[in-house]
Amino acid sequence: MKIFKLLVPALFLVVAGCSSKGGLSTDGMGTDGMGTDDGASTYGTIDGADGSATPIGDDRDAIVMNDRIIYFAFDSAELDDASIELLRQHGRYLADNPGEKVRLEGHTDERGSREYNIGLGERRAVSVQSVLLVQGAAVNQLATVSFGEERPAALGSDETAYGQNRRVEIVYER
Amino acid sequence: MTLLRARIMLLCACLCLSQALRAELTIEITKGQGEAVPVAIVPFGWDGPGPKPYEIARVVSSDLARSGRFAPIAEKDMLQKPTAVADIDFGDWRIIDTEVVVIGRITPAGVGRYQMEFRVFDVFRGEQLLGYRLSSDTAGMRGAAHKISDLIYEKLTGIRGVASTRVAYVSVRGDRLKPTYRLIVADADGENATTLMESRQPIMSPAWSPDGRKLAYVSFENGQSQVFVQELRTGARRRVSARKGVNSAPTWSPDGRRLALTLSKGDGNLDIYLLEISNQVLTRLTNWPSIETEPSWSKDGSEVFFTSDRSGGPQVYKVSAKGGNPKRVTFEGGYNARPRVSPDGTKVAVVHNDRGNYRIAVVDVERAYTQVLTEGSLDESPAFAPNGEMLIYASRAGGRGVLSTVSVDGRFEQRLAAEEGEIREPAWSPFPIN
Repeated sequence: MKIFKLLVPALFLVVAGCSSKGGLSTDGMGTDGMGTDDGASTYGTIDGADGSATPIGDDRDAIVMNDRIIYFAFDSAELDDASIELLRQHGRYLADNPGEKVRLEGHTDERGSREYNIGLGERRAVSVQSVLLVQGAAVNQLATVSFGEERPAALGSDETAYGQNRRVEIVYER
Repeated sequence: MTLLRARIMLLCACLCLSQALRAELTIEITKGQGEAVPVAIVPFGWDGPGPKPYEIARVVSSDLARSGRFAPIAEKDMLQKPTAVADIDFGDWRIIDTEVVVIGRITPAGVGRYQMEFRVFDVFRGEQLLGYRLSSDTAGMRGAAHKISDLIYEKLTGIRGVASTRVAYVSVRGDRLKPTYRLIVADADGENATTLMESRQPIMSPAWSPDGRKLAYVSFENGQSQVFVQELRTGARRRVSARKGVNSAPTWSPDGRRLALTLSKGDGNLDIYLLEISNQVLTRLTNWPSIETEPSWSKDGSEVFFTSDRSGGPQVYKVSAKGGNPKRVTFEGGYNARPRVSPDGTKVAVVHNDRGNYRIAVVDVERAYTQVLTEGSLDESPAFAPNGEMLIYASRAGGRGVLSTVSVDGRFEQRLAAEEGEIREPAWSPFPIN
């Protein structure tokens, strides 16, 4: 699984800001949905800036910025030690920054039934959420959403793609 | 929700109701059946001036072929093409082993209207089995042809035909990681594909209302799964469930008044609820810490079948619609999910893990006997035809999502593919209300 983490930063795109914060936006029904590009997490632009983000700060901030995908084994929502350590960083960061909010997006690979996979994705998101809460993040900083197998990060019907698709993305909603 | 609000939502979601996005499907028979009855649908005669307004026989032939029960002979192999009873030479048809011959005529019946009559003959006895007269305008000719197919099918098999039914499905096109999702309804033969809803966010789980006039489905257009109900004729729709967390897997009670659906209510625990559509009264049907989802009603509405992984892996259970203790239904194999109850209530179709391959199986409800019907590796979303003779399901062909139908005995299979992109999550409509 470590391999995938190295790939992660390359997947991130800096996307100009979200027009609405979380919840059920009434303006989210156009072709842009939530106002962000699908799959690519949003972070780091300052309102009114020209679109280039400048991540700064200590190492912990860098981790929060760059390492935001948790991977899972087949049909499992269990977190391995490395994932728990990463989530501790995010949890402490959220505790220190109560203004931050994250959306935890649970995903599965394409195998099996679609609606059951919605359940698996939700279970993964909740598993991540519980670690963040233990680390001091507040309930109102966290939201879960399950996309099941509907939003793969990688295409293909092999274990490499499946491994990248069984994930929870931690999406900072700034 | 007011009608105005519903209208605005329609516009915002870029609904392309009845627009000419004709995602035409191609149909290919991928697995034949030895015992199909040879029939001849002779081209109908035309009593009016100018060219024949419609090739009824062509539509009827392909409808009967798609049923898997009949093998219509090619027009070029017909030794004669009678259009009146007196012109039929049964000997000619016996020579080429045709068992049933259908002849017909179209006559003008006023401006833009036609009368069609057809007769069905048993070749060996030389007897008429069936005869009907129908009338239609130009636009209704295709529908009339499907009706003729259904009358013939029912006469010959004793089972109601499905040529006049429709199929809803989800089409996924464009950039594969950022596609456009469409909810489409087409005739059972893939024609007249109409887009009901279009979104850049996933659309899932279309489900027909029992009267065939509405679809319930899941849309992520607001950033999370929510359940909508949309009228086919007007395109008007309502958001019926947008509770915190998962709102998913809607299916209609047989009386059309309730939806069974899956909610997580924000605590991450998926359970099945019944939602009274008119007044939003919600009743919790299951309460278990595992995943409970994919409800499917029994025909009489007394029971709800569902998927639960309370035993470890997903298996099918059933529970009284009034609540109570669920009873396990599937026992063979470690993965049985997404039940759909057959129209006669004796079987459930499931997604079944068969030695690492996800395939469609039917499970006998009483005896728990499992029969695997398909041969793919990623088959899913089975749905029964309203007459219970066939299942439609989603599968892969050449790395692409296609739909397939398979007869309930697994012997006859055909594939429906879109010209472009993927299609999936098929739902077969109920019989049309006459």
